[in-house]
Amino acid sequence: MHPILALVLRRLALGALSLWAVSLLIFAGTEILPGDVAEAMLGQSATPEAVAAIRRELGLDRPAWERYLDWLVGLLQGDLGTSYANRMPVAELVGERLANTLFLAGVAAAVAVPLAVGLGIAAVRWRESVLDRLLSAMTLSAISMPEFFIGYALIYLFAVTWPLAPPIATVYPGMDLAARLKVVVLPVAALALVTVAHMMRMTRAAILNVMESPYIETAELKGLARSRIVLRHALPNALSPIINVIVINLAYLVVGVVVVEVVFVYPGLGQLMVDAVAKRDVPLVQACGMIFAATYILLNLTADVLAILTNPRLLHPR
Amino acid sequence: MRTTRQPLSLRRRTFLQGSALAGTAALLLPGLMASRVRAAAPKRGGHLVLALDGASATDSLDPATYTATYMQTVGYQWGNCLVEIDEQVQPIPELAESWEPTPDATKWVFKLRRGVTFHNGKEMDAEDVVYSIDHHRGPESKSGAKGYLTMIKAVKATDKYEVTFELDSPYADLPYVLSDYHLLIVPKGSDFTRPIGTGPFVIKEFEPGVRTFAERNPNYWKEGRGWVDSIETLAINDPTARIAALQAGQAHFVNNPDPKTAKLLARAPGVKLIDVPGAGHRTFAMRTDTPPFDNNHLRLALKWGIDREEILTKVLNGFGRVGNDQPIPDFDPFFNRELPQRTFDPEKAAFHWKKADITGKIPLHVADAAWTGAVDAAQLYREHLAKAGIELEVVREPNDGYWSNVWMKKPFVGSYWGGRPTADLMLSVAYRSDAPWNETFWKRPEFDRLLDQARGELDPNKRRELYWEAQRMIWQEGGEVIPVFNNHLFGARDNVDGFVPVPVLTGLRAAEQLYFTDR
Repeated sequence: MHPILALVLRRLALGALSLWAVSLLIFAGTEILPGDVAEAMLGQSATPEAVAAIRRELGLDRPAWERYLDWLVGLLQGDLGTSYANRMPVAELVGERLANTLFLAGVAAAVAVPLAVGLGIAAVRWRESVLDRLLSAMTLSAISMPEFFIGYALIYLFAVTWPLAPPIATVYPGMDLAARLKVVVLPVAALALVTVAHMMRMTRAAILNVMESPYIETAELKGLARSRIVLRHALPNALSPIINVIVINLAYLVVGVVVVEVVFVYPGLGQLMVDAVAKRDVPLVQACGMIFAATYILLNLTADVLAILTNPRLLHPR
Repeated sequence: MRTTRQPLSLRRRTFLQGSALAGTAALLLPGLMASRVRAAAPKRGGHLVLALDGASATDSLDPATYTATYMQTVGYQWGNCLVEIDEQVQPIPELAESWEPTPDATKWVFKLRRGVTFHNGKEMDAEDVVYSIDHHRGPESKSGAKGYLTMIKAVKATDKYEVTFELDSPYADLPYVLSDYHLLIVPKGSDFTRPIGTGPFVIKEFEPGVRTFAERNPNYWKEGRGWVDSIETLAINDPTARIAALQAGQAHFVNNPDPKTAKLLARAPGVKLIDVPGAGHRTFAMRTDTPPFDNNHLRLALKWGIDREEILTKVLNGFGRVGNDQPIPDFDPFFNRELPQRTFDPEKAAFHWKKADITGKIPLHVADAAWTGAVDAAQLYREHLAKAGIELEVVREPNDGYWSNVWMKKPFVGSYWGGRPTADLMLSVAYRSDAPWNETFWKRPEFDRLLDQARGELDPNKRRELYWEAQRMIWQEGGEVIPVFNNHLFGARDNVDGFVPVPVLTGLRAAEQLYFTDR
């Protein structure tokens, strides 16, 4: 078997094991949280009889391990279960939100990744120039500002003061692509600002690291143009760390954007999970948790495979 | 533009229908202006966008599950109750045309409005009402309204257009209870999770925690309600995002703008602030069964030693009224007007403190989970009490788990009551000896007897006497320090009008009331 295929299979098996561990942790976590879905749903109007009626119907009076096994067996058969709170199929609730999350992450990545790598290369090409310093200052400040602040600042500037884009990014089924792209302008801008900064700085650092090597000095002494040295000689050897930081940022775009979702009222997976935890809606929490964990596992695997593919020494080990 | 806060007796509806200018003038000449304001007739049509908080991805259309503003407002879009509450907090007919109790108030007969049709074309009759109410009672019910309906023994269709409620015990406030947002009427045998109502709008799309889209019911029966062609209800839990949506014109009507910035909003172009007195009150609750709070002199010292005005202006930014240590709001028909208003009196506080003969610090447990600003209010309270020589220790508690670990556990805590439509509901839920949320653990058999007597009393004058005495008892001996009642705030675009400021269930029926003025 090809070593890469073997690696992928081994990692997938480990990934499935991690997912199982995560599901146990999430289930245990939701068990430890005070209250259950019956109390959370009724809130202040909870009476013991109504709470008991809900528990009976949902089977919450059964022991925890039994409920967990039920859920696990369902999952292995491809059934994510039914939401405790509104009795809708979890797959339906999650599917819609997952598509939204992937759409936002996709658009943000399509803007941010080329921009970050391009700017990173430019910063190395014109190192210590005004451009480099300006980019450094801008990216450092973008990293230092919390996302919600960037979000509110964008809303204040581009939705309230100069009404160029809508402040609220509500999307719903039946909305066409153009309308969707229009409403996500500000959240994409906020996410791009945060991720570009990180990716651009890592790109710059990774290439500069290679630029210290003796072979680059040789290339310089040969009289090659600086652009050519950066792009053809340094960049290929810096790809591995760059791919790593890009993948981490992609994972962040899928998993970590709940704050941006709240600020722009974007119906993504993060918001769904927060709501589900507040209502102690265990099947929904589990489904979101599984998706988030799987995203990390798969993206990490992709990063490792890509790192091997771009590095001949790892691709053809002696 | 800011709609002026006025006593309710001046008929607030007329102010809000007119412009700010008309409103100010109406203040001077209420009778004269009222007719002119009404002449500016509402216009039909348009697409209205509401942006509301209290939404969750786990929401369901089943009215038994409604707990927060978003779904309550959606509920009144598709459905109606038997009874509606007006601005004077009086029950008025909705799907019921009239009602009559037996002299002992143990049986109520409701006559239904004829010719009202559901969205599916079926005519509403008594069987539908019985089916809808029974969804919320009985051992299998999971409804949030279950607790209010325990006194109902049976609901019977006694005629095609007549429903009879048989009660276990006399209950004079039944019409109020039937205005509850859970008790919407659907056709017999229909599915509550896909409700078919008689309401002003027909729900077309519902995505929990995101948005609801509804179109006007062309056959809506209620006069002067349901103006816009379609309505979109956006779920926006973040207050800053709601205000941004309003300012950018993406929403026409929002609830709960942050009181801290509400005055700025009132000055912003294109939008107006709507300010309605509410029954909700912020409290500091003492456990009267636990030393040292079992000493009424200490309780009186803590009641006289709080500067209510300062908490109103600094914590609620003026959007409220001072409280008088009893939970019935000033607009309630049974509000005790003759009870002297407690003011900040450090000397009286010091007098009772000395009488109580207690030494050491008094710990007050608070978190902003109790009410937004509770921690700030407690800090102010400490300064107030210091002037009377009483040392208050503010203990900050975590927000998470506040209601399960601190409230009704620690002896002196911050608490919040949203208010109830009737004096009976408010007093029964939090002050009766056996009430599940008797947060002050105050037990007075003579108080319970007053409530029981008032429940069955149909003569309003006699009832008033009973409730006045109940309020006096709480004011004098109860364990609640109630510094302020809060108002309900809303924001609207300048071209949207028609909001009816009902002080209880405030704004939940906004969808059928609002219209555009520039169409």
